[in-house]
Amino acid sequence: MPWTRDDMTARAARELKDGFYVNLGIGIPTLVANHIPPGVEVTLQSENGMLGMGPYPFAGEEDADLVNAGKMTISELDASSYFNSAESFAMIRGGHIDLSVLGAMQVAANGDLANWMVPGKMVKGMGGAMDLVAGVKRVIVVMEHSEKSGRSKLVRECTLPLTGKGVVDLLITDLGVFDIDRGRSAVRLVELAPGVTLDHVRAHTEADFVTDLA
Amino acid sequence: MATKIQSDAASALAGLLFDGMTVMAGGFGLCGIPENLILAIRESGVKDLTVVSNNCGVDGFGLGLLLENGQIRKMISSYVGENELFERLYIEGQLEVEFTPQGTLAERIRAGGAGIPAFFTRTGVGTVVAEGKETREFDGETYLMERALKADLSIVKAWKGDASGNLIYRKTARNFNPMMATAGRVCVAEVEALVETGSLDKDLIHTPGVYVYRILKGPAYEKRIERLTTRPRSEKASA
Repeated sequence: MPWTRDDMTARAARELKDGFYVNLGIGIPTLVANHIPPGVEVTLQSENGMLGMGPYPFAGEEDADLVNAGKMTISELDASSYFNSAESFAMIRGGHIDLSVLGAMQVAANGDLANWMVPGKMVKGMGGAMDLVAGVKRVIVVMEHSEKSGRSKLVRECTLPLTGKGVVDLLITDLGVFDIDRGRSAVRLVELAPGVTLDHVRAHTEADFVTDLA
Repeated sequence: MATKIQSDAASALAGLLFDGMTVMAGGFGLCGIPENLILAIRESGVKDLTVVSNNCGVDGFGLGLLLENGQIRKMISSYVGENELFERLYIEGQLEVEFTPQGTLAERIRAGGAGIPAFFTRTGVGTVVAEGKETREFDGETYLMERALKADLSIVKAWKGDASGNLIYRKTARNFNPMMATAGRVCVAEVEALVETGSLDKDLIHTPGVYVYRILKGPAYEKRIERLTTRPRSEKASA
């Protein structure tokens, strides 16, 4: 059984270390917050200007002035702070954030990431993703292994416009976990989702990879 | 000293609008947008605008209203995923868009207001954002030169303000507003509360009055929520 989105984000949450400052991208990565391991305390950064993001507010306590990067209503914690967008990205670009979890359309063996545009079809913009991959210490991508058409999203070379070159450290898909290491070494499959075979992964992956798994 | 206080958004913008101008508008999504000033710009009918704003509102609200009204020629933004009309106009070639990474956008505006014409950043190196831009190596790393952004007018929204134009923003509604206040040739600020001079804590002012040319108290704020997310009462606070 391949991993569900919930399983994937739970796996990503195991990469969190106590004391980390973490930025979670919009969409699936947001779910990582639901799986923070016991005993691990992290501070979530929201790129629109907040450190110490709290959970969704109780119904009736939502505040239009308090939203996350996905424009969802959130709450504050005792330790929270607010700041402007330039400060927020100084924090990101300046290397003060330990970990970022992002979604993707394509990840390449050389560590390239594409997640903001499909020319002629889908144009949403890069938001803060290019800044995050340029400045955050460790970048984890969580994505479905294949497109709906069945085409592998872990590719030899990205065909979509890039978000960053050689920026992905770790990739978690519904089939397993790949050490990308920013393209400095060969892609290594380090973990298989339960019940997923190595042959299945090979058949569904365009990029070459090595593995010690049987 | 002439008063900065204006009675309404239309008079606050009087004499400041012209076709083809560049306008910066604060806000992140619909959070912290100058909704009354946007309405007044729509009413004015000014057109061929270049608008600098992180997003472009949503269909039917915020800057989406100016888009619907055909007043925007070009947008400089980082993310426009919440606006179907925007995506359609862009793909059909009716709207020019300069996509700028969010941090680069914030810094370009900050630089514009701070008298810094350009700066170098790692963001966007090796992507389409770098096309046609100068790159330079510092300490073995490649950086991209980005130019500062300025505007003919910036419109911002704060929580509280006073007659001197001192502003305080609230929570994540601050976002791009403080930098934009500095980067407009003139800045018009709308506030939820116009308070007595002296009543704001001077240590906590986000935008000092020097940047603000005119100020008004917005008659009403819809403060629309883009994505209402809540949790049930029984659940304990986590994260």
